[in-house]
Amino acid sequence: MPPSTDLLQGTLDVLILNTLELQPMHGWGIANRIQQVSNNVLQIGQGSLYPALHRLEYKGWIRSDWGISENNRKAKFYALTAAGKKQFLAELRQWERLSTAIGLVLNATPEVET
Amino acid sequence: MIPEVLSRLRFFFQPKPAADLDAELRAHVDHATDANIAAGMSPEEARRRALVEFGSVQAAREQSHKQRPGSSLDTLRQDLRYTLRTLRRDSGFTTIAVLILALGIGANIVVFSLVNTILLRPLPLYQPDRLVSFSRMSNNSGLSGATYSVDAYEDLRAMNHSYADITGYFAFSGPDNIKLTGKGIPQPATAVPVLSNFFHVLGVTPMLGRDFNLDDARNGNLPVALLSYAYWKSQFHADPNIVGKVVSMNDTPVPIVGVMPASFDFGAIFTPGAKVDMFFPQVLNDIRDEGNTLAIFGRLKPRATLPQASAEAVTLFPQLYWNRKQAETKGAYGEGKVTIIKEYVAGQLRRSLYVLWAAVGLILLIVCVNLSNLLIARAATRSKEFALRIALGAGRGRLVRQLLTESTVLSVTGAAFGLGIAYAATGWFAHQGSLALPLLSSLHVDGYVLLWTLLVAIIASVLFGLAPGLKISSGNIQESLKDSGQTASDGRKHEGLRTMLVVSEVALACVLVVGAGLLLRSFLNVLDVDLGFRPAQATSLSLDVPRFITPDKKFDSERQNAFFRNVVSEVSTVPGVDKVGITDSLPFSLNRTWGPPGLRGVQYGDKSVPDPRPSPFIYVISPGYFAAMGTPVHGRDIAWSDNDQSGLVMVINQKAAQFLFPNQDAVGRLVDFSGQKDVRIVGVVPDVHETDLEADPGWQVYLSIVQKAWGPSATHLVLRSDLAPTAYASAVMEKIRTINPSQPRVDFLPIQSYVNHATSPRRFFAVLVGVFAALGVVLASLGIYGVISYSVTRQTQEIGIRMALGATRERVQRAVIGKTLRLAVSGIVVGTGASFLVAKAISSMLFATQPTDPVTFAAMVLLLLTVAFFAGYLPGRRASRIDPMVALRSN
Repeated sequence: MPPSTDLLQGTLDVLILNTLELQPMHGWGIANRIQQVSNNVLQIGQGSLYPALHRLEYKGWIRSDWGISENNRKAKFYALTAAGKKQFLAELRQWERLSTAIGLVLNATPEVET
Repeated sequence: MIPEVLSRLRFFFQPKPAADLDAELRAHVDHATDANIAAGMSPEEARRRALVEFGSVQAAREQSHKQRPGSSLDTLRQDLRYTLRTLRRDSGFTTIAVLILALGIGANIVVFSLVNTILLRPLPLYQPDRLVSFSRMSNNSGLSGATYSVDAYEDLRAMNHSYADITGYFAFSGPDNIKLTGKGIPQPATAVPVLSNFFHVLGVTPMLGRDFNLDDARNGNLPVALLSYAYWKSQFHADPNIVGKVVSMNDTPVPIVGVMPASFDFGAIFTPGAKVDMFFPQVLNDIRDEGNTLAIFGRLKPRATLPQASAEAVTLFPQLYWNRKQAETKGAYGEGKVTIIKEYVAGQLRRSLYVLWAAVGLILLIVCVNLSNLLIARAATRSKEFALRIALGAGRGRLVRQLLTESTVLSVTGAAFGLGIAYAATGWFAHQGSLALPLLSSLHVDGYVLLWTLLVAIIASVLFGLAPGLKISSGNIQESLKDSGQTASDGRKHEGLRTMLVVSEVALACVLVVGAGLLLRSFLNVLDVDLGFRPAQATSLSLDVPRFITPDKKFDSERQNAFFRNVVSEVSTVPGVDKVGITDSLPFSLNRTWGPPGLRGVQYGDKSVPDPRPSPFIYVISPGYFAAMGTPVHGRDIAWSDNDQSGLVMVINQKAAQFLFPNQDAVGRLVDFSGQKDVRIVGVVPDVHETDLEADPGWQVYLSIVQKAWGPSATHLVLRSDLAPTAYASAVMEKIRTINPSQPRVDFLPIQSYVNHATSPRRFFAVLVGVFAALGVVLASLGIYGVISYSVTRQTQEIGIRMALGATRERVQRAVIGKTLRLAVSGIVVGTGASFLVAKAISSMLFATQPTDPVTFAAMVLLLLTVAFFAGYLPGRRASRIDPMVALRSN
């Protein structure tokens, strides 16, 4: 089993928004895709996936509709709303700034005392 | 941000169907199963693995539900439902708790409304904090000492640098001083003459019509009138076309130029306890030679400050003339003082209101202590329920929240009822027209009062809810679960706290009772003051005096004298009327002072020593006035024969006689007075309390109504009779009307009502504090009863064992009562100490009563011990009736 990586609070929201940016998807699909894309590093527990989906829907960033999945099952598809797209871009920029900053700190060569 | 809120609101009102989530979660598992099958598992294994991977469906469901907007409201709704259910089940407890809270919070709202109306709310004038009232540094001569002459007013207005404008009103217009004529029996009305700029300076605009202008107050112009709102409504049925109509007043046609707005109640601001129907513009020259008649007010210039104005008053006032025609009257006013108008209107009540406020604060504390006690008792019986809930996983925060919901529901319900009580009480107070408290008519429950109510309710609920809540949730679960609840040692842990609460409750009640006792004794002492007359059985009415003119248009004093004599002798013949007299002013109503009488050749005071004689109050009376008022005369009464043909006479009071003729009989001596020489003193009467029951009486001078020198102008007829006024009123009115058909219909006012009016503020505060003290005692006794009764219930078994071992009923009962009294005594000891401090603090409000008054303190101790005895007696009797067999078997 690969080591589980605790997701930063709020990161799950960005991941979900990112996944939905491509196309509407149902819950299992989202979890599956994040897992695949991250090479099985990020495993989304269903205990946090569905609360997160609902939270985003209540905020009006995604909307849900019942539909038929690729293997002919009834499933609830989530899609990004206009507000959600804006939010995603904002969060993406925020994330990039943060990760650049962290990268800078981590890659800084320690000053050697002479 | 806003779209997010909108979206949440939409979902709040249109929740997603609950089945949705279940279907969604099921679909997820199905998809996972499909994927597993695709990976080569058997269908059963695939489904098992999918379920394992998913984890707890229930947790996912609950977590998702919690995201719902308003889910914390759900918790609140749950708590509320639960609270209402438990409170309904325990209806006895609920009723008592709500009742106690309603009384406590109601009292707080009433007093806050009073404080708000009288002290906090700004006067209904434009920028009232820029308006000041003027007074003298030293004032000991009633209304004449608080008013100014026209010359002084005009000089002040011309010479000052601090005021945008100065105005005033004629302060000596009595009630019912004019009559509406023209339609049947004349109707009396009360008019106040004001300077033409009065409303402009105060910043009040008429609701209908126009304000007075300078022309209105010019000499010889016809009079016009502005109506008060109340009079416009009652007398003219709120006629919207009233402006321009002409009304006949005192047989003169007077056009009505406007109506003042409802918010401006002249009486409420300037003459508390008296109504004013209309206003006339005052022609200054008409009253120029009448001495001090104007109460004056100034509006500060935008840049001027109060200290500047005060400093100016000190230097400017000594330059004013009482009368410019008499050069020696310059400086008659001494140094002046300015007071912000709000302070002038309500300042004297500040201390009393704060005391009331403190008293209701104590009441609220007692209420909270009481409820804390009740809740702790309840909590003791519920401790197992709570222990169980904690054991099942309820958070402590959640339990405290639940308990606070409970106390908030109680206190909000109590506050709602309290608001009802306050609404009724303030409505009642606002219509007590005879209460001499300023602004009382505008007393009502307003937004600030509602806010205050909310604040009090929240404070109360936290005060009485938090302690029991924390206590319960911090208890040891195991202990609570083990504690069988019926053993002898049950719940003892709560007892210490509860005892402490009861002791503090008794102590608070002590403070209230002592405060109320001292104020009540002061009030009784005030009522006991020797007035110098006997108000009981004396009645007065306003007498209309026709203008008697000789053919050559001069004042006809002969006919007026005959009229007075006629009225007195005719009214005396009415059966039941014993004594009749006429006076121009009555004690405790409008009063005036003149320069003091003195012996010829004696210099009273000089440049360095001020004149020690106070200005005497003047009464111009007919024979029979003293008898009608019940004042004994040493020497003789004024007689009808004391007229212009005989020498001038006067009657003076003892204080004046003592000063002028120390250790001698003043009767028969001569004095100079008011520009007249050799006025003979024919009688000496007791000192009359003129303006204030609580101050030393000043000097009084009584003059003959039939001597022209005193400018007779009678207005009051005084009757003395053993019967009620209704028995002779119509006969008296008939007699007067046969002499003077234009006499309007007037009320017969008991002289006592003038005295009551003067004592009404003290009565009001004493009664209110008394009511609060009674409430405090009742609450404290309930508290004692609650604790003792509860401990008896708890100790049923223990008592049963004692009785089985031979304790007698008396002994059991004595033990319970003893315990009660020990509680009460500790409370009284603490409370007596606190009471001493409080009594010291209110000592300036007491009259002829020491703050350490032993009678009050003894009465307090006795009262509280008695109450405690009865509060302990009932549970004690119950304890003594315990049947040992039943008690022992009951577990």
